Amino acid sequence: MVSEPTGLAIEATGLVKTFGDNRAVDGIDLAVPAGTVYGVLGPNGAGKTTAVKMLATLLRPDGGTATVFGHDIVGEADKVRGKVSMTGQYASVDEDLTGAENLTLLARLVGHRKPAARARAAELLEAFGLTEAAGRQVKKYSGGMRRRLDIAASIIKTPQVLFLDEPTTGLDPRSRNQVWDIVRIIVGQGTTVLLTTQYLDEADHLASRIAVIDHGKVIAEGTPGELKASVGAGSVHVRLRHADRRAEAEQLLNKILSVEVRLEPDPVALTARLSGTVSDAGAAEQAAKALTELAAAGITVDDFSLGQPSLDEVFMALTDRPATTQEESR
Amino acid sequence: MTTTTATEPGYVPASESLSAVLAKGEPPPRPSALAASMAFGWRAMLKIKHVPEQLFDVTAFPIMMTLMFTYLLGGALAGSTGEYLTYVLPGILVMSVVMTTMYTGLAVNTDIEKGVFDRFRTLPIWRPAPMVGYLLGDAFRYTMASVTILVLGLIMGFRPEGGILGVLAGVGVLVVFSFAFSWLWTMFGLLLRSEKSVMGVSMMVLFPGTFLSNILVMPETMPGWLQGFVSVNPITHVAASVRGLMNGNLDPAELMWTGIASAVLIVVFGTLTMRLYNRK
Ligand SMILES: Nc1ncnc2c1ncn2[C@@H]1O[C@H](COP(=O)(O)OP(=O)(O)O)[C@@H](O)[C@H]1O
Ligand SMILES: [Mg+2]
Repeated sequence: MVSEPTGLAIEATGLVKTFGDNRAVDGIDLAVPAGTVYGVLGPNGAGKTTAVKMLATLLRPDGGTATVFGHDIVGEADKVRGKVSMTGQYASVDEDLTGAENLTLLARLVGHRKPAARARAAELLEAFGLTEAAGRQVKKYSGGMRRRLDIAASIIKTPQVLFLDEPTTGLDPRSRNQVWDIVRIIVGQGTTVLLTTQYLDEADHLASRIAVIDHGKVIAEGTPGELKASVGAGSVHVRLRHADRRAEAEQLLNKILSVEVRLEPDPVALTARLSGTVSDAGAAEQAAKALTELAAAGITVDDFSLGQPSLDEVFMALTDRPATTQEESR
Repeated sequence: MTTTTATEPGYVPASESLSAVLAKGEPPPRPSALAASMAFGWRAMLKIKHVPEQLFDVTAFPIMMTLMFTYLLGGALAGSTGEYLTYVLPGILVMSVVMTTMYTGLAVNTDIEKGVFDRFRTLPIWRPAPMVGYLLGDAFRYTMASVTILVLGLIMGFRPEGGILGVLAGVGVLVVFSFAFSWLWTMFGLLLRSEKSVMGVSMMVLFPGTFLSNILVMPETMPGWLQGFVSVNPITHVAASVRGLMNGNLDPAELMWTGIASAVLIVVFGTLTMRLYNRK
């Protein structure tokens, strides 16, 4: 069987991995376009790490197939290893060694001789702002520095596909933003990035397509916009000048938009969730009409906005439960 | 999760410098099996440099063993400690070094717990290289332990008839056998869940393996059924070879059995190790 290059970096069909009775990955299909950031979004225990480890040739699937740039992850594992790089959820660097030693070791392992390996390590440390910490043992690094070293280690040889397993979990906001910037630069240079995350805003910010997974299955897939559309086109938020006109405004909005209107705890605020069948343009048009009618009825509007639904709402709509599990924190 | 242990200067990822290093990521040809193994061996040496405490095990333990057995058993078994030393010192050397091989299993096991092992496994390199790297680092330890015991032995009155060459050859044979024997531990390191269970199994193998041999006592003094076990125990042949080389009365058959045992250990446990490593 010959696989043609398809413009897809990763193609998976029906991937399965079981641990005893636990179907950690339960038939996942993925199609990751080359040169993009693809987000795999799911709560703790959804099967993200297991799926990524199979794609990175670290775990052998119990069922299904997957290819990376046309190479089978089982039959041509060595070819796949030549194209991918992985930054694991738990630091994949050696804590006993210094930052410079870690990168030098890995540079030697991709084939550089010792002097060239040292030089490569030095330029990576510089680009990742770690020159000062180069001679320090990694166990003395902060979480953000460790993450950066980990990503630097993954691009010693520029990979065609970079797997980032929960790259910002446990990081402070500033370090998280640094990682986001790094990801954008890496993908800008042509590397395909598959990123797993528990954070909806992260997938929304970085990924051009997202697969939402839960209990080992893909429960939704698409662009961030498409996912939002599957839940609803968004919400119209209105704030009135006078609280006593709210009941009237509620009736009006209900009539024009033919959707249920929610009264917010704030006595002057109302929200109407637009139905999922409405396109973005349609939503804007409906919202404009509502605004005109309110003005015509003499109801003063202080503030008005048309909000896209958050991915939290998406997850809620898809699974009937919140996306985040209680035990984890940000 | 992680605590901030170092202050971070305000790093801002710069597009130009990052793009520049990415553009230079054109890979050299993949490393040879030897180059990859040497890189891992270098890692093992760096670990010794950063965690020098681990050398305590290969110096203090052998010293203790040598002193203990020479003075405890020397008088009773051979009439004098000097005479016994000629017999037992090469044996103690074998025992101590073979016992230190179990640290290989512990090192493999603790590494697997950490993500760094996953990174090694995604590299397109000769697959056994990480394992060979551990063993190269260990060979250094075995040499350390050997030197420690020999120096102590010389101080205590050990006068090897085989001379410097005999002693060096003895150490060489022992290091080669230990390298082969360590594949048993890389296998257990991959197979077992925790460091504790690796320890447990190591003791189960090493205590009978080393004591039920000719290391401390001449087999002629043992009951017949035990002599049977002792004579097939590879440790017996290693001890006999090392003793023969150091004392200048080598029986070539012993050396041959040591060679065969080493080859079998590498083939059997090397294969099992690599199968587990690939399946993990
Ligand atoms: N090595 C393993 N042995 C047994 N169960 C595992 C193993 N790895 C993961 N699991 C289980 O598989 C499920 C998916 O885990 P994981 O892929 O780590 O999820 P995520 O990365 O999305 O948090 C969980 O129920 C987890 O307990
Ligand atoms: Mg995970």
